[in-house]
Amino acid sequence: MDSEKIRLVYRIKPMDLANAGVASSHVKIELQRYGIEEDVVKRVGIICFEAEMNMILYSVGGKLKVEANSDAVEIFAEDNGPGIEDLEKAMQPGYSTAPPWAQDYGFGAGMGFPNMKQNSDVFEVESTPGVGTKIHAIVYRRKRDETK
Amino acid sequence: MKLSEVVKALELKVFNPEVEGWEMIEVTWGYTSDLLSDVIAGLSKDELWITIQRHLNVIAVAKLKDAAGIVITKGFVPDEATIKKATEEGVVLLGTELNSFEFCGKLYNLLRYGEIK
Repeated sequence: MDSEKIRLVYRIKPMDLANAGVASSHVKIELQRYGIEEDVVKRVGIICFEAEMNMILYSVGGKLKVEANSDAVEIFAEDNGPGIEDLEKAMQPGYSTAPPWAQDYGFGAGMGFPNMKQNSDVFEVESTPGVGTKIHAIVYRRKRDETK
Repeated sequence: MKLSEVVKALELKVFNPEVEGWEMIEVTWGYTSDLLSDVIAGLSKDELWITIQRHLNVIAVAKLKDAAGIVITKGFVPDEATIKKATEEGVVLLGTELNSFEFCGKLYNLLRYGEIK
């Protein structure tokens, strides 16, 4: 199993709160089945969940792609807009543009991007207002003691 | 400490006792927050999550972080859809009449000193 590559793709629909977390929990199950280390699965799960929530709450919809091989797990989250006005601010812990209704549900802690970055070995965001946002994250499959 | 002991000592309501083996879940500590991404950053495996949030999405967060269970404070009751989802995902939903501050005080003493005081 370990030598072959795994590729997962999910379509994320806007405002689909009822299915929030479905894609990321499927990712976790598939990666576990593939034999990926538990702490790597955990980190990938968090990155995917935050990316999924962001697309559901703030985008017009997009795609979540996860690829894994013997070296690393790569996450691609791409939406079709509206894009992030101020990416630098969005990366700051505590900054949020969540509307009041979403805040009532406990969204908008302003920890989405910080959580994703924290759990990634490589984390890149590219966003163009009016076009969309692309997130690329890599989590390397190393032994726990080597990541420290 | 076993979850069944916590439930007994703190007089918690168990909304979904259908979750198989919930009594034997080991509770190591707790984390309190009503902001989901803060919980994702702050809660560790086998900890109880104390919150007033009780909508569907809390289940995904608890599952993602392998929480020992969710304690909904202030007497709030989750709706049927949330309880159903929690049971499907094996997440134990608990309830207390106390507010988060009061409940956390008791849970802290119980887990740290083995008694509520």
